Amino acid sequence: MDILNALVAFLNFVFIPGLAYGAQLALGALGATLIYSILRFSNFAHGDTMAIGTVFVILLTWGLQSVGVSFGPLPTALLALPFGIVLTAILLLATDRAVYRYYRRVKAAPVILVMASLGVMFILNGITRFIIGTSDISFTDGERFILTAGDFRAATGLAEGLAIRTTQGVTVVVALIAVGLLFWFLQKTRTGKSMRAFSDNEDLALLSGINPDRVVTVTWIVAAALATTAGTLYGLDKGFSPFTYFQLLLPIFAAAIVGGLGSPIGAIAGGFVIAFSEVMVTYAWKKVVTYLLPDSLAPEGLVQLMSTDYKFAVSFVILIIVLLVMPTGLFKGKSI
Amino acid sequence: MAEPFLIGDAMTGGYGGADILHGCTIAVEPGEIAVIVGPNGAGKSTAMKAVFGMLKLRGGAVRLKGEDITTLTPQARVAKGMAFVPQTSNIFTSMTVEENLEMGAFLRRDDIRGTMEQVYGLFPILKEKRLQPAGELSGGQRQQVAVGRALMTQPSVLMLDEPTAGVSPIVMDELFDRIIEVARSGISILMVEQNARQALEIADKGYVLVQGANRFTGTGQALLADPDVRKSFLGG
Repeated sequence: MDILNALVAFLNFVFIPGLAYGAQLALGALGATLIYSILRFSNFAHGDTMAIGTVFVILLTWGLQSVGVSFGPLPTALLALPFGIVLTAILLLATDRAVYRYYRRVKAAPVILVMASLGVMFILNGITRFIIGTSDISFTDGERFILTAGDFRAATGLAEGLAIRTTQGVTVVVALIAVGLLFWFLQKTRTGKSMRAFSDNEDLALLSGINPDRVVTVTWIVAAALATTAGTLYGLDKGFSPFTYFQLLLPIFAAAIVGGLGSPIGAIAGGFVIAFSEVMVTYAWKKVVTYLLPDSLAPEGLVQLMSTDYKFAVSFVILIIVLLVMPTGLFKGKSI
Repeated sequence: MAEPFLIGDAMTGGYGGADILHGCTIAVEPGEIAVIVGPNGAGKSTAMKAVFGMLKLRGGAVRLKGEDITTLTPQARVAKGMAFVPQTSNIFTSMTVEENLEMGAFLRRDDIRGTMEQVYGLFPILKEKRLQPAGELSGGQRQQVAVGRALMTQPSVLMLDEPTAGVSPIVMDELFDRIIEVARSGISILMVEQNARQALEIADKGYVLVQGANRFTGTGQALLADPDVRKSFLGG
């Protein structure tokens, strides 16, 4: 029995990666849920919006690095992020003009908007690969670790090491700031309140003189900020590749639906539910279990419920269970 | 006779297809309560929506203070001082009572606190519940929120589509009292009501519509006293 080492192994391999991944999913799900509740369709292009937003940030990061700008121990990409957000917002607003606005004007059914977003998804996907290629790109720089496993062992004398990567710390801090800003904006500002009113009751919002075009514009800008931030944090943490971002669509929507579509708090909770489920189901628990059980009972296998190749199955299963058992999600969103 | 403050004059039209209104006229003066009653399907709500610009007229006109507003959108009419309380979905359920009132005043850029205090004065219970989501309130309180939201624009005309639908008789009396109070402050009230008898009792002017046309028009008391109206619409 070695509870301390088991706990450290758990923190190192499950909790910290899950926390960072959950924060990234939460930001992605917030964008998706915001678009769903205000523009009233599931935006299939959200994963690829994250991808192209990250591409903007990568290009700007390279530009900054080439002129010798750096952010000390933090990734240079954080300096590029605000400009990446601006470019992504411009792109989304242009997409809205070119594609979605027409369908809004003819009052198309939501499913038609979903199909349109599917088309946008393929185009963004293509543009992303066209600009930056299909290979994996690592664009993080600065200090690699906040806490290394070796330092932790030396400080505590435990056999297990605990490492916290800078990108994990940055993810959690930036996500907290972004969520704080978003909630302040939605709860306290006139524009934010008008967006909630529009989401709650569109007809009454119009009767109250709320300008729908302005609500739509601000929604795309906020969605661009959330998607670019989520994509950049994910890319810093795990590396960028266009295909991975396309695949992120599933856990992101699973998170939004688990939390309750349209509910910002639900999107955050859902992000962590999905992230921790995924990490816990695909983690090989052998190490933790060996510490906890007497030697005679030590497991021979990996004690892994599912291979990491199947991690998307976890999102899928959770999604199906939620839709069957509580279709409005944890925080009473809209059912789909 | 001088032009009324607000008049839907000989309105004809419907939601595409067959007409629902056939030369229907509805008018109201400042500080007056005008009530539209009539059997189901008579076009009461439609007449109201026509005055507010929510359906396109094929004939007739709507004039406010003598100005022709027939072609204005509902939003533009709000800016002109008209306020509308729909029959259903008339509050933002996920927002607090106070936020509902703030959204009502969205078009205003000046200080809205005075108007908010007036609304709280009219409906004291709302002040108590001002930080509660409006969707959690009772039916009568929700209607108060809905009326309060509409009053936040400081309208000159308040239009109510069946404000007492689905509330208890006690709440209904209470709501009518408040509506009279609003009218006393100089605001014109135009209201569609199912509870014809009670509504006519507080009405300065009553319109009985049948099949999209005016059947009887008169003061509320006169209509209540009219044997024809009593026999056909008020159950004797």
